[in-house]
Amino acid sequence: MMTRLTVAERQSAMFISGLVAVAGFAMAVAGHGDPMGAHGWITLLFAATLFFLAGEALYHDEPTEDRSAEYYDDPTKAGILISLAWAVIGMGMGVWVAAQLAWPDLRFDAAWSSFGRLRPVHTSGVIFGFGGNALIATSFHVMQRTSRARLAGHVSPWFVLLGFNLFCIIAASGYLMGVTQSKEYAEPEWYADLWLVVVWVVYFVLYVRTLARRNEPHIYVANWYYMAFILVVAILHIVNNLAVPASFGAAKSYSAFAGVQDAMTQWWYGHNAVAFFLTAGFLGMLYYYLPKRAERPIYSYRLSILSFWGIVFFYIWAGSHHLHYTALPQWAQTLGMTFSVMLLVPSWASAGNALMTLNGAWDKVRTDATLRFMMMAAVFYGLSTFEGSFMAVRAVNSLSHYTDWTVGHVHAGAMGWVALITFGSIYTVVPLLWRRETMYSWKLVEWHFWLALAGTVIYIFAMWNSGITQGLMWRTYTESGTLAYSFLETMLAMYPYYVARVIGGSLFLVGAILAAFNVVMTIRNVGYRAPQIDYPTASEAGEPAIPAAE
Amino acid sequence: MSVKERDPLTGHETTGHEWNGITELNTRVPRVIWWTIGISHVWALVYWVLMPAWPLVHTYTKGLLGYDQQLVVDDRVAKAYRQLETWRAPLTELPAHQIREIPEIMAHVNATAPALFGDYCAACHGTEAAGGPGFPSLVDDAWLWGGDAETIMETLRVGINAPHPESRIAQMLAFGALDILTRPQIRAVVDYVQSLSGLETEATPEVLAEGETIFAENCVSCHGEDARGIRDLGAPDLTDDTWIYGGDDATMFTTVNLGRQGWMPSFETRLSAAQRMMLTLYLQDLDAEAGE
Repeated sequence: MMTRLTVAERQSAMFISGLVAVAGFAMAVAGHGDPMGAHGWITLLFAATLFFLAGEALYHDEPTEDRSAEYYDDPTKAGILISLAWAVIGMGMGVWVAAQLAWPDLRFDAAWSSFGRLRPVHTSGVIFGFGGNALIATSFHVMQRTSRARLAGHVSPWFVLLGFNLFCIIAASGYLMGVTQSKEYAEPEWYADLWLVVVWVVYFVLYVRTLARRNEPHIYVANWYYMAFILVVAILHIVNNLAVPASFGAAKSYSAFAGVQDAMTQWWYGHNAVAFFLTAGFLGMLYYYLPKRAERPIYSYRLSILSFWGIVFFYIWAGSHHLHYTALPQWAQTLGMTFSVMLLVPSWASAGNALMTLNGAWDKVRTDATLRFMMMAAVFYGLSTFEGSFMAVRAVNSLSHYTDWTVGHVHAGAMGWVALITFGSIYTVVPLLWRRETMYSWKLVEWHFWLALAGTVIYIFAMWNSGITQGLMWRTYTESGTLAYSFLETMLAMYPYYVARVIGGSLFLVGAILAAFNVVMTIRNVGYRAPQIDYPTASEAGEPAIPAAE
Repeated sequence: MSVKERDPLTGHETTGHEWNGITELNTRVPRVIWWTIGISHVWALVYWVLMPAWPLVHTYTKGLLGYDQQLVVDDRVAKAYRQLETWRAPLTELPAHQIREIPEIMAHVNATAPALFGDYCAACHGTEAAGGPGFPSLVDDAWLWGGDAETIMETLRVGINAPHPESRIAQMLAFGALDILTRPQIRAVVDYVQSLSGLETEATPEVLAEGETIFAENCVSCHGEDARGIRDLGAPDLTDDTWIYGGDDATMFTTVNLGRQGWMPSFETRLSAAQRMMLTLYLQDLDAEAGE
């Protein structure tokens, strides 16, 4: 892959990775004796490996291919494979922590394997590792096709992808060492946060520059969503992680906010991480791969506009519904709750638009598991957004809050929506990217679909039961006006559901492993097929571009 | 590619744009969407008018209903306390045996105490109160400090080896670690103590005799000359068949070698006197049930 870069690009890759390696060494020295030091060595190793890979290719010939005649897909290919690796790691961790809740001895008495440290490895592993890499990879793919333009740069896409993965590695390894700033989904400490800002700004600039090169008069809906994802995540990440490092040599910082303001900032971030990372980004995927696979036009352009602006406008207000019945002033809770309810129709409009797009292609949904993945994702998207608006109502929240119902709701979204749409998109894009006739085994795709669906349904039903049981037991009073159940009794009541969750999660994990296997076998064993039109062109008739300079 | 086409399936026109083979229909937004948006927005407006909703510069819109979550919760808590007060007073005013004679109060105690036990005691003493290694069973009638109501109340109030200034203190010396006894001496006294409660031991009569001497010189001040324990000191009976840490050779060797100081928190500030009385009555009942 390195030799497809020009010599100048290889040099700049060496320069950047050299800089990062030096920064890593500086961190290792400054953070000696602290987890930050270990992160310095990890950074140094990561960057030095890239430095030598680029250096080894430095004296090879310049690439001879005509770059403007094709899209740049190497970072996308790498991103898809990395995403699948993270899927197996992150979901594996999920099964492990779920099992710990049922059988606490599975901690094996080590500090690093305690629930509090493994759980963020699971959440960050699936959200950022699996989801984030899939978003970056598919955004590169979709943006080029829907703009009929090659990526604006060759080093920067690699910088975004690999830089993001360096962040993920620092995050996950930090959790195991006990590094956390105690903000859910924003646990990594200040130096990791700063690094992600750099990566994310490069991502944004790359995206905008590629769009500026487009040969289409209009920007396709999928790109609106990807843009919203990139832009708003940048804002959220920067504001929520404003903090003062306790020392430049230690993984410890103090938030710029205190008390309920800190809680509100965190949940403004936390809820919009769901909105703009886990919803907007993946709607971008849905809007490209679903109509592509179904070979049907989008049901309604007007509905796309309505739901896009509805989602981006209403979602940003909704975070305070995570703080019902707390020290947060009630007026802020009211706004969170009412905006959450007003959000429902625009959200459903997206799901409806996706499902109505399948009109005329339902025969394909029946026979093609890949399309079925995306159809089921839209169904779960509709289900979990309804559930979310419902749970945001204060009266409902007084029962559901702090229970497993919340966990079930999140997983309806994460497994049912995010993971299913991602797997559907991966099965669609892999044969296109690697120029293969088809996936290695359609039977494995079919197996994966049913394992994933069964796993999700078992998981959600277990958590609904457990959460509502828990919530009701907590609030049950005797006729004397005293609590009827001790906390231990509620834990015992949870046990069968926790076992069921392990089973559901395991089925889902097996499906992900099948997907990774199927993708690898597709790349290795399936025959070549040229796609019909898959190159950048300004020609309306779809003729290959003729480079102006030659 | 700005050519509008008609989708043969739905009859709707496309917008005329095409991206990599994807087109969009210009279908109008279904009426149900506008209706539901309207309903949810009207609902939100009504809610804003009635409830605290929008921030102003120094205050916020209070809403026509005058609802304030702080006042509501204060009111509910006060109401809950008033309900408790209807039956709780005797628990702090009367001695345990008199409380037992009032069936209405005992009904409240029986409804409340199990959850209290689960929240405050079961983590150490077990959900069945049967104890575990290091934590005594509460249903075996082998009380360390005494099983009468006043003593249980006091133990709950001050704790054992707790930071409370009046805490009960019970420490067993680390006879081995402090070089008071040699390892063979520890083994001898362990054999002797095991023989007291009828446990099988392979020790020779000479060893047992040595153990008896060591016991008389080191242990009787706390465990008593008859080894039946002294409740004022919280020293357990060594002749019965209950063991807090275990009656096997290895555990007993550790007990004598390194000493023991069990710990129970003081509940004076964590539980009210009425709650402690409920737990006391409940524990006595558990113990009595187990003894039957």
